[in-house]
Amino acid sequence: MSVNADWKPRIVAFCCNWCSYAGADLAGSSRLAYPADVKIIREPCSCRVNPMFILKAFERGADGVILCGCHPGDCHYSTGNYYTRRRMALLFSMLDYIGVERGRTRVEWVSAAEGAKFSRVMNDFVAQIRELGENVKVGDLRCKE
Amino acid sequence: MQPGVVFAQDYQYMCSEAGQNIIKDAIKTHGLTGVVVCSCSPRMHEATFRKAAAQAGLNPFMVEIANIREHCSWIHKDKEEGTEKACVLMRAAVAKVTLNAPLKAGESKVVKRALVIGGGIAGIQTALDIADAGFPVDIVEKNATIGGRMAQLDKTFPTLDCSSCILTPKMVEAKANENIRLITYAEVEEVSGFVGSFKAKIRKKARFVKEDVCTGCGVCMSKCPSKKGLNEFNMGLNNRSAIYIPFAQAIPNVAVIDKEQCIKLKTGKCGLCQKVCTAGAIDYTQQDEFIEEEYGAIVMATGFRPIDASKFDEYSYSTCKDVVTSLELERIMNAAGPTGGVLLRPSDGKHPHSIVFIQCVGSRDVSGRGKPYCSKICCMYTAKHAMLIRDKYPDVEVHVFYIDVRTPGKNFDEFYRRAAEQYDVDYIKGQVGKVYEENGQLVVRGVDLISNEQIVLNADMVVLATAIEPDPTARKVANMLTASIDTNDFITEAHPKLRPVESPTAGIFLSGVCQGPKDIPETVSQAGAAASKVIGLLAKDKLTTNPCVAHSDELLCNGCSCCEKVCPYSAISYETKLINDHGVKETRRVAMVNEALCQGCGACTVVCPSGAMDLKGFSNKQIMAEVDAICL
Amino acid sequence: MQMSEKDVAALVKEISGSDVKKCMKCGKCSATCPAYGEMRFHPHQFVAMVARGRVEELLKDPTVTRCLSCFACVERCPRGVEPANVVAAIRVLAEREQEGNNFSPADVPKLLSQDPEIPQQALVSAFRKYRK
Repeated sequence: MSVNADWKPRIVAFCCNWCSYAGADLAGSSRLAYPADVKIIREPCSCRVNPMFILKAFERGADGVILCGCHPGDCHYSTGNYYTRRRMALLFSMLDYIGVERGRTRVEWVSAAEGAKFSRVMNDFVAQIRELGENVKVGDLRCKE
Repeated sequence: MQPGVVFAQDYQYMCSEAGQNIIKDAIKTHGLTGVVVCSCSPRMHEATFRKAAAQAGLNPFMVEIANIREHCSWIHKDKEEGTEKACVLMRAAVAKVTLNAPLKAGESKVVKRALVIGGGIAGIQTALDIADAGFPVDIVEKNATIGGRMAQLDKTFPTLDCSSCILTPKMVEAKANENIRLITYAEVEEVSGFVGSFKAKIRKKARFVKEDVCTGCGVCMSKCPSKKGLNEFNMGLNNRSAIYIPFAQAIPNVAVIDKEQCIKLKTGKCGLCQKVCTAGAIDYTQQDEFIEEEYGAIVMATGFRPIDASKFDEYSYSTCKDVVTSLELERIMNAAGPTGGVLLRPSDGKHPHSIVFIQCVGSRDVSGRGKPYCSKICCMYTAKHAMLIRDKYPDVEVHVFYIDVRTPGKNFDEFYRRAAEQYDVDYIKGQVGKVYEENGQLVVRGVDLISNEQIVLNADMVVLATAIEPDPTARKVANMLTASIDTNDFITEAHPKLRPVESPTAGIFLSGVCQGPKDIPETVSQAGAAASKVIGLLAKDKLTTNPCVAHSDELLCNGCSCCEKVCPYSAISYETKLINDHGVKETRRVAMVNEALCQGCGACTVVCPSGAMDLKGFSNKQIMAEVDAICL
Repeated sequence: MQMSEKDVAALVKEISGSDVKKCMKCGKCSATCPAYGEMRFHPHQFVAMVARGRVEELLKDPTVTRCLSCFACVERCPRGVEPANVVAAIRVLAEREQEGNNFSPADVPKLLSQDPEIPQQALVSAFRKYRK
């Protein structure tokens, strides 16, 4: 797809403070590498992620957005990730409809103890985005130089 | 340099005293309004840096951390790539910090009184521990006496000491402790408020006996002509009078009238107990009373009951009198029980010569009739029963059908092995398919999986180790307290490993079997743990609340109630108030966030269709700025 | 094509619709089985052997027809494993495997007079089979 050889994917990862952010910390302290294309934003809970943030990211030219939260049933706020699960199912199918492929968006459950899983998920997600190539559909050209 | 940044400094150990001083000095010299520390994870040192900023006179919430260690340098081998990412992370943090607003942790009061719901061993122990620390405690017990299930037990495993001998001193202690108020024969009706200041309304049911006048002499019981009531304490194995004291060591030792059985209350005639009561304690006109009280913390200790064994037709529990549950056997073996402690079978009062125990009745059962979990205590109490019977009556043959014998616990496996080896209890690996009566003889058909044969045994008594389930009141109480509850009606703990005695709802604590199946030692240690958490809370004069809470912009709020519905803490309520919308005064229904209840998850911010709801510290603008900076 | 024993076991699971992994090996199915003494393998063994992929012996065993299909094991199983359905699946496969008639229509009256306890089910299926 992409012809730009210098292209590096831009990936935004929203991680909840209690499980996934700590999982990412554990991946770090266990030195489990994943590509530097992933940039993490800390949230109190995965349910704090407003669909607007994801739309904004794609508008600004992100190539993939991944949301990580506590496993269902383990949410620090007891029910937050259930809202995330439902909200994102709808949002992702709508995004798919407007041209942001389903593979560019993902929800994963990573607990604070799953550093290895965090790294595996990120490696896998980045590989998937690399395959899909640059996101050209909803990026606002005005946001680029 | 990034826009807004006026000072930048590199230092190897920023979290050290010297590093912190660099930050403090910079805040003072440059008059900084925000600080970004590019360092390790905020989960590690955010608090350290915020404290340093506060010491230099900057609001601590004006500090943000860019995690360039765990999320960057430690995982990226390529230095150039890593540095580039570190810059991006820094940029995002700077973008966020410029939108930070100074936040102030709120304060809320702590009422120095605790409520314990349930007066079994869990509730008693929790109350005693809290009272010992000097805080007043109320125990609300739905029955006429405290003591709970443990009072019904004969002996306790693995020491075989007498249950009431170790329980009743604790009951007496609870009664005598001046910090403890016992509210028996009462139920909590309503709870409102939040951690630190709950308000509870307690219904004290009419006992028709004046609690402070009755001397517990028991004359009324012997004179009462209505003796058809089933004795709950003896699991309905015998009868009691309509006016009764549940058991000899009951606390309070005060009679209560069962209004379903009392002739006077039903027909207006009789009144014998009133005539014989020399203390003049009987009052047929007594009404339910309500007690309203404020509490800083609430402990749930609602306990359990055995499940109904009649759901399992194959064991003929409802048709054969000699098929009993373990708790019934416990009463039969007890000296204060219906048989005076002599092992006699219920149907004809004869001495049994062969007893079959069936384990896992309704436990580990996903067929819908039972419970999917292991009830945990049955293996041990069955070994106890088998051993006690073999010890007292060596002529009785004892067979135990088991699936697995689970005995994790100090001296537990040794105890079970003693039953099998020393007391010659016949353990059969397998289950029972059917229990039936043939010519007046109980027949048990089961399987021995080790020898792979079906076996048919004649038995004089069959004992079912029925599963235990949370007391049915647990669900009602949990709903009242907004404590979350699992599919089996056990109360969910805040963290299964690290916060096992707290509910996710702040200020609600868990003690005993209401949280999950437990034996007595575990219950007592959990009760103590719950008490220590309560004491920790009550010892505070004020609670500081997390300032990163939701906040509703009343000008934008359209009063739709979406946020109220998703809030897991019931922190959002609606208020009708006069709003001055740019000079237009209007009465509107708007959302209000209770900052003491809000835990700052942000669920409400996303559902809000008008964008009125936002989260302090993680506001829409801040996160958008971070997204912007990352996708630059 | 010859199926491996493992594939046949998978087929048994599929036909029976039973999740044999749910079994907690309590033996209640065998404890409750009225045809226990007449069968070489017992309900709990069917479940355990299918779970392990050992079905050949089961398929060769003529006493599988002795299962009464009374479903007591299904009714009583605390884990919802449905052993009777596993037995039925074995029986179906055994019949398919033999690919011929187990007995001819002419044998039926003789069998009846020889063995009054011949399972009802065998007769019913014989009637179904020879109806055409």
